[in-house]
Amino acid sequence: MQIPIEYYLVLSAFMFTVGIVGVLTRRNAIVVFMSIELMLNSANLTLITYSSYLGDVGGQLFVFFVMAVAAAEAAVGLAIIIAIYRNKLTVNIDEINILKW
Amino acid sequence: MTIEIVLFTLFASICAVSAVLMITRPNPVISALFLVLNFCSLAGLYLTLNAQFIAVAQVIVYAGAIMVFFLFVIMLLNPEKEKRFFEQKAKLRIFIIAIVALVLVQIVYIIFLSRPSEVITREVARSLETGTVENIGREMFTNYVLPFEAAGYLLLSATIGALVLAKKKFE
Repeated sequence: MQIPIEYYLVLSAFMFTVGIVGVLTRRNAIVVFMSIELMLNSANLTLITYSSYLGDVGGQLFVFFVMAVAAAEAAVGLAIIIAIYRNKLTVNIDEINILKW
Repeated sequence: MTIEIVLFTLFASICAVSAVLMITRPNPVISALFLVLNFCSLAGLYLTLNAQFIAVAQVIVYAGAIMVFFLFVIMLLNPEKEKRFFEQKAKLRIFIIAIVALVLVQIVYIIFLSRPSEVITREVARSLETGTVENIGREMFTNYVLPFEAAGYLLLSATIGALVLAKKKFE
């Protein structure tokens, strides 16, 4: 028998929720960043699932572009984190509040 | 037929458990290693969905390149230990749990309300053909060539931006 599409979708929803928990609870900027990567990957899983079940290649190409954007985002984001660490000697997001009014 | 279910259960459980472990470990290096495990099991799930090219790209790009980059930065900065979730403010904790429960219930409700499996069934032959490198390459260099070039420029500008940001010392 075939695996119903809901199994993949629920797994993806669970991973997305875990990513949200990570973003909201963790205080280390790098781990927050990794949680965002987790959420990106759960969206990728949904795209691949529909692409495979519908037999349409568009979803897989979209995942390829998401990977390219994620690589660019990781490079710039981690460079920003390094720049902040040079100035404030911390990556704790409770102490990085210069944009908070 | 049953091997499909066994593989799905194996990879899905590794995926879910490693995601939870990743956000609960206080040490960021161990978090990063669990995220690598999560990405590798996701590549396995992509293989059960017949997306061979994306599965390989997942291992090389995500589990290889991006996570090595994360580990480099973690070891470069050597961040201090952080407070655990249960030691944080009670008000904040209730707020977080409420948001998360809301999102999860919403997504799962929509999934089970729309019942996609009654409409969509997988044709194995077609889905096997969809994920091959030939098919993806043909599509990418014909219909999707403009986004492909744009991704190249995006990566170039991200490289330059990262260099500028990490090199200069701002006052």
